Amino acid sequence: MDSLFALPFFAGLPLALILPLVGLFLRLRDEWLATLGLAHLAGAGALAGMAAAWPPIAGALFGALGGGALKHWAGGLGNSSYGLMILAGWAMTLLVAANTALGEALGHALVDGQLFFAGGLEAAVAAVCLAVGLPLLRWLAPRLIAARFFPEREKANHLPAWRWHLGFDLMAAALIAAGAATLGLMASFALVFVPAWLAFRCAPDWHRAQGWAAGLGAAGYGLAFALALVLDQPFGPVVVAVLVLFFVLSALTCRPASADF
Amino acid sequence: MLRLVEAVVGYRSPITPPVTLDVARGEVVGLAGPNGVGKSTLIRAVFGAARLFSGRIERASGARIGYLPQAPVRLAEAPLTGRELLSSVGAQDFAPPARLGEKLDRRIDRLSGGEYQLLMLWATLAGDHELVLLDEPTNHLDAGHIATAVEEIAAARARRATLVVSHEREFLEAVCTRIVTLGGAHG
Repeated sequence: MDSLFALPFFAGLPLALILPLVGLFLRLRDEWLATLGLAHLAGAGALAGMAAAWPPIAGALFGALGGGALKHWAGGLGNSSYGLMILAGWAMTLLVAANTALGEALGHALVDGQLFFAGGLEAAVAAVCLAVGLPLLRWLAPRLIAARFFPEREKANHLPAWRWHLGFDLMAAALIAAGAATLGLMASFALVFVPAWLAFRCAPDWHRAQGWAAGLGAAGYGLAFALALVLDQPFGPVVVAVLVLFFVLSALTCRPASADF
Repeated sequence: MLRLVEAVVGYRSPITPPVTLDVARGEVVGLAGPNGVGKSTLIRAVFGAARLFSGRIERASGARIGYLPQAPVRLAEAPLTGRELLSSVGAQDFAPPARLGEKLDRRIDRLSGGEYQLLMLWATLAGDHELVLLDEPTNHLDAGHIATAVEEIAAARARRATLVVSHEREFLEAVCTRIVTLGGAHG
């Protein structure tokens, strides 16, 4: 690989591995729409940050973390609160883009994906996301699974559940913000949404669902990166198209669960 | 382990009549009574999910509670085996009943209704709970599964206090050391 593209590639790869894992938990919690809501707020935050002369990734983090915290304190409205975030983020993104000189270009970049312009800061943030996110997810996993299937267990035993629910919300927000700022808004959404959905349909257990999700994310990312370079296409739409293709292919080969209620 | 003294519980307004009962370690106390008398509400009031309007509810200090709701959460799609679900609640080290053990490596969304109910019951019974609250544990269970449920509740009886709500009198008589009828005479 040309060294010019090595840094962008390694800036996106950690996110392509961890975003699908976050997607598994969001899907388990029936909060998969979070991705799009938080990504929109991250995009809006990045643009607003630009207006204040912040680095885009700092504004994106601010926007998404604010959304994650608001969702947590809104009392678990779930997908309804994420729907509101999408609308608020969309409105703010377009309004800031329409009223600032740099905003319009960045607005396009956020939607299309600006991975090929990623530099050392984005690569460092992505590496930190993976290094911190993986052990945190591993620690949170049994707690989040137990909370999903036994929601009153925490209340009955006075467990400090708010810590891990808030912790997961904020971690998801931070990772999605990093994804939106580095890979693009829809690419970030696709990496959270599609591999996790595939793993939910096809994996025989949770352990392998994690492997499937991360593997599909990395494979889709790598293929899309190469295709975008060879065909001279924007990265965002290519990675979304590749992941959608993965899903279509899996639908032909994988039997979805059929519960006997 | 658990004491209710003239407890009247409900949500926005009182539902139950005043209830007085004790559940000690080694006991399985059944709650019977007609539909709508507040049996499930009473069991939820033990851990604060329903409101206490008058009287007292006393729990042993620090007692760990296991609770099986009337309708356990079931997802249409979940790539999770029974063994992984048990592990998430710390119940992986307890030997499950044979008819459940052979299904533990299947995805939980591919279990039958009875198998899933038995799994959720076992997830509640296994583990180190000192007070176990079971709300209609025989929902979806066939006769064979009910026999397994009776055996497992009885096997765990000595190390905990258990309060069971069921509309199946025969089941309560098979599994309980004592039955309390809400809205009627004590049995």
